[in-house]
Amino acid sequence: MSKPIEHDYIGLSEQPLPSMEKSSDTNDKKNGLRLKDTELRLGLPGSDSPEREDHDQNVLSLKSFVSGSKRGFSDALDGGRKWVFPGGSGGGSEGLFSPRRSGNNNGGNDLSEPDSGLDGSVSKDGAAHKPLVVQEKKSHVGNTAPASKAQVVGWPPIRSFRKNTMASHPLKSDDDDNAEAKLGSGCLYVKVSMDGAPYLRKVDLKIYGSYKELSSALEKMFSCFTIGQCGSHGVSSRDGLSESRLIDLLHGSEYVLTYEDKDGDWMLVGDVPWEMFTNSCKRLRIMKSAEAIGLAPRAMEKCKNRI
Amino acid sequence: MGSYSSELKRSKDSDESARRSSFPDEVLERVLSLLKSHRDRSSVSLVCKDWYNAERWSRTHVFIGNCYSVSPEIVARRFPRIRSVTLKGKPRFSDFNLVPENWGADIHAWLVVFAAKYPFLEELRLKRMAISDESLEFLAISFPNFKALSLLSCDGFSTNGLAAIATHCKNLTELDIQENGIDDKGGSWLSCFPESFTSLEVLNFANLTSDINFDALEKLVGRCKSMRVLKLNRSVSLEQLQRLLVSAPQLAELGTGSFSQELTIHEYEDLESTLSNCKNMHTLSGLWDAKGIYLPALYPACSHLTFLNLSYAALQSVELAKLLAHCPRLKRLWVLDTVEDKGLEAVGLNCPLLEELRVFPADPFDDEIVHGVTEAGFVAVSFGCPRLHYVLYFCRQMTNAAVATIVQNCPDFTHFRLCIMNPGQPDYLTNEPMDEAFGAVVKTCTKLQRLSVSGLLTDLTFEYIGRYAKNLETLSVAFAGRSDWGMQCVLGGCPKLRKLEIRDCPFGNAALLSGLEKYESMRSLWMSACNVTMNGCRLLAREMPRLNVEVMKEDGSDDSQADKVYVYRSIAGPRRDAPPSVLTL
Repeated sequence: MSKPIEHDYIGLSEQPLPSMEKSSDTNDKKNGLRLKDTELRLGLPGSDSPEREDHDQNVLSLKSFVSGSKRGFSDALDGGRKWVFPGGSGGGSEGLFSPRRSGNNNGGNDLSEPDSGLDGSVSKDGAAHKPLVVQEKKSHVGNTAPASKAQVVGWPPIRSFRKNTMASHPLKSDDDDNAEAKLGSGCLYVKVSMDGAPYLRKVDLKIYGSYKELSSALEKMFSCFTIGQCGSHGVSSRDGLSESRLIDLLHGSEYVLTYEDKDGDWMLVGDVPWEMFTNSCKRLRIMKSAEAIGLAPRAMEKCKNRI
Repeated sequence: MGSYSSELKRSKDSDESARRSSFPDEVLERVLSLLKSHRDRSSVSLVCKDWYNAERWSRTHVFIGNCYSVSPEIVARRFPRIRSVTLKGKPRFSDFNLVPENWGADIHAWLVVFAAKYPFLEELRLKRMAISDESLEFLAISFPNFKALSLLSCDGFSTNGLAAIATHCKNLTELDIQENGIDDKGGSWLSCFPESFTSLEVLNFANLTSDINFDALEKLVGRCKSMRVLKLNRSVSLEQLQRLLVSAPQLAELGTGSFSQELTIHEYEDLESTLSNCKNMHTLSGLWDAKGIYLPALYPACSHLTFLNLSYAALQSVELAKLLAHCPRLKRLWVLDTVEDKGLEAVGLNCPLLEELRVFPADPFDDEIVHGVTEAGFVAVSFGCPRLHYVLYFCRQMTNAAVATIVQNCPDFTHFRLCIMNPGQPDYLTNEPMDEAFGAVVKTCTKLQRLSVSGLLTDLTFEYIGRYAKNLETLSVAFAGRSDWGMQCVLGGCPKLRKLEIRDCPFGNAALLSGLEKYESMRSLWMSACNVTMNGCRLLAREMPRLNVEVMKEDGSDDSQADKVYVYRSIAGPRRDAPPSVLTL
C-alpha cells in the first residue's frame, strides 16, 4: 500500500506547518505529536522543564486542531492558555482556575505565537496540556472560575439528558461528604493535586492538628507517584525508592505545598496559623518550586492585612 | 433466515402457473405474516411480484430508519395494513448538540397521512424526532385503538402533550418517555388518566423532573393489574416507592425514584420485604442518589435480575461489589465510573453471564481526574465475563496491549464503543497511537457490527477496519486519522457499512467522493468539522441524484467550507422542510 499523501489538516490555511510534516511521521516517536504532552496531567505549565524545547513542536502541531475547526478548538486552546500561573507577570489576584485574557492574546485565536502568553514555557504547556477539553466547571469545591470557559461541542459524546441530570444534581461523592459536613461540623474535605500525578486525592483537614501532621499524611499519600509516570496500579518495585524520594522532594527544594484560599489566591502553606489555614483553605496543590516564585510575599502581606 | 429466502427463490424457478394454483395468496400471506424481521421481509419482497404483494399486504409493522428516506405517502401506498410504526429522524450526532435546533424530522406530516390511511394504528415508536404538543393531541384523538407510544431522544413537546395522551387514549398499554428534550411543566398530566382506565402495562416517566401527583399515581398503579414496567422519576421517594410496590409486586421492570430518603428501621424493613416480593423483577434502574446503606434492601430482589442500570447512582467500588454478589444472573450492567477499576474487578468476579457493560463518566467535563476507570477495569471484566459482546466504555487512559487482551478474552464483540475522553490521546504507556488496539478488535471480533473509535489514531486504524471489519454496519469516528486514505479504506472495505459518522477528522473531498456508489447502499453519512468543501458536496450531489446531500453552515465560516455534511439515500427526493441553515444540494 502506498504511503498516503499527507494532507494538511487545516482546511483553510495554505501554508503547511513545518511541525505537521514532522509530527505526521508516526514511525518516529521522537518526532511524533509530542504524545506525552497530550497525556492528561495536572501539572502546572512548565512542570516538564527538561522537555521544554519540544514544546514548540507540540503547540504548533496542536494548532492543526485549532485552525482546522471553526468552533470549540481555538476557544479550547485559548482556554488552555488560561492555565497560567498567577504569580507571573500580568499580575492580578485571580486564582489559578479563573480564566484570564492576558493582554498578549491576539484576539484569542491566533496561535502563531505561543510565546505571547505570559511566560513562554508556561503558556506552551498550558496549551499542550489542555488541547481540547477545556470545559465549563459546574460545582467544584473551591472553584472560582466563571462559566466563560470554552467547551468542545458534543464531546465527550453524552446525551443531553445525562449531562443535565448530572449538572443539576452533582453525583460526586464529595457531595455526600459535604452534606455530612453540614450535618455535624465533622469534616472538611479538600482536593490535593500534585504536579505530574495522574489523579487527585482528597484529605479531611479536620483530622489533622498541625502542618506537620498534614505534611506527613500527604507524603504517604503521594509516595506512589513519581514525576512523570504513574501506572494505573500505582504500585511498583520503585515504591520504596519513590517514598524517600518524595519526602526528599517535599523537604527539599523541588516541591512546595501550596493552597488556594477563599479569595482564590494561591499561598504557600505554613505562613499562617493552622486554624486560619483550615478555615480558608479550599484546595491544596503540591507545586514544583519553580512555579511557586512570588507566592511568599503575598502570603505575608495578606496575613498582615488580616491582622 | 437467509436459507429460507434462498429456498423461496428456488421455488420461483418452478412452473409459475402450477405455483400459483397450489399456493393461494391467502396462504402465502398467512405464512408471511409470521415473519417479523423487517430485513427478512425486505428479502421476501424481492423474490417476485406475487411475493412482493403478499408481503406488503401482510406487513403490520414498518421500520423506517431515516424518516427522510421515504415519504409517508409512499409508505401508505405500499403497506396498507400497518398497525405499528417505528421512525427515526435526526442524525445521531444531534444527541450531542451538533445538529441545529430546527433541523426537521417533524412527525406531524406523518401523523396526518397515518390518520387517513391507518386509522387503526396501535403503536408509534419515535427516535430523534421533533414532536409538538399539538401533534401529540392529534395522535391521541385520531387513533381510537392507539396502544403504545415510545419517545426516545425526541424534543419539541411538553407535559401538556402527555396529558392529551393520558386523557384520550382509552386503550393505552404503553407510555415510554425516555431521555427527551421535554418541557416539564409539572406533574398534573398523570392525573389525566381517567378512573376507568386500567390497561397500562408500561409506564416510564423517568425523564421528567417535576413532582407528580403521587396520589394519582398510586391509584393508577393500583388499578392497572397488568402493569409490568414502571419507571419512576427522581421526585418519587423511597417511602412512596414502597407503597407503589405493595400494589404492584408483579413488576418485571422497575425504575426507582430517589433512593436516598431518611428511613426509620421499620420503614427500611418494609421496603426490603416489599422488594423481596417482586419475584418477577428482571430489570432494575433509577436508583438516583443511591446511598450505600439502603442498597441491601435490594438484595432479595436481585436474584433474577438480568439488567441492572446503575448509571445514575454514584456508587463506590465496595458498594457495587456487595450488590453484585447478589446478582449472579446479570447479563446487562450499566454503571458510573465512580465504581472505579476495583468495582469492575467485582463485575468480573460476580457476573460470569455478563453480555453487556456500559460505563458512563460521572464527571465528563472535569479536566482533573478525580475518579474513573482505566484499562485495568476493562481487562478485569474481560477475564471474568467471556460472553461479553456489547461494551460502551468511557475512560481517560487506555493501552493497545489492554485492548488486545480484552478481545482475546472476549472475541464475540458485536458492539465495541470505546471513548477515551481526551481527544487524540495515545497509548499512555507507550505513547504510540491506538491503531493496534482497534486493529486487534477488528481482526479478532469477526462478528463486529458497531464500532466507535477514539484516542490518537492514524490512517492505519482505518486500513485495519477496511480490511477486517467485514460485518461492520455502524462506525463512529472523532478526532482521528491523518489523510483521505483513512476514510477511503473504510468506504472501500466494509461491505455491510450502513452508517458512517465522522467529526473533526482530516478527511476531505477525495475521501468523500471515493464513496459515490457506496452511499446508496448505506443509510447515511455524517461528516462535520472535516475538510470537505462545498464544491465537493456539489459534485457528489450532481453525480448521485438518488442521494440527498445536505450541508449545514456555521455562522462566520468560510463560504467554501462544508461545515456539516449529511448524505443519505432517499426515494422521496430532496426534502422540502429544511430550515434556511440547511442547504440541499
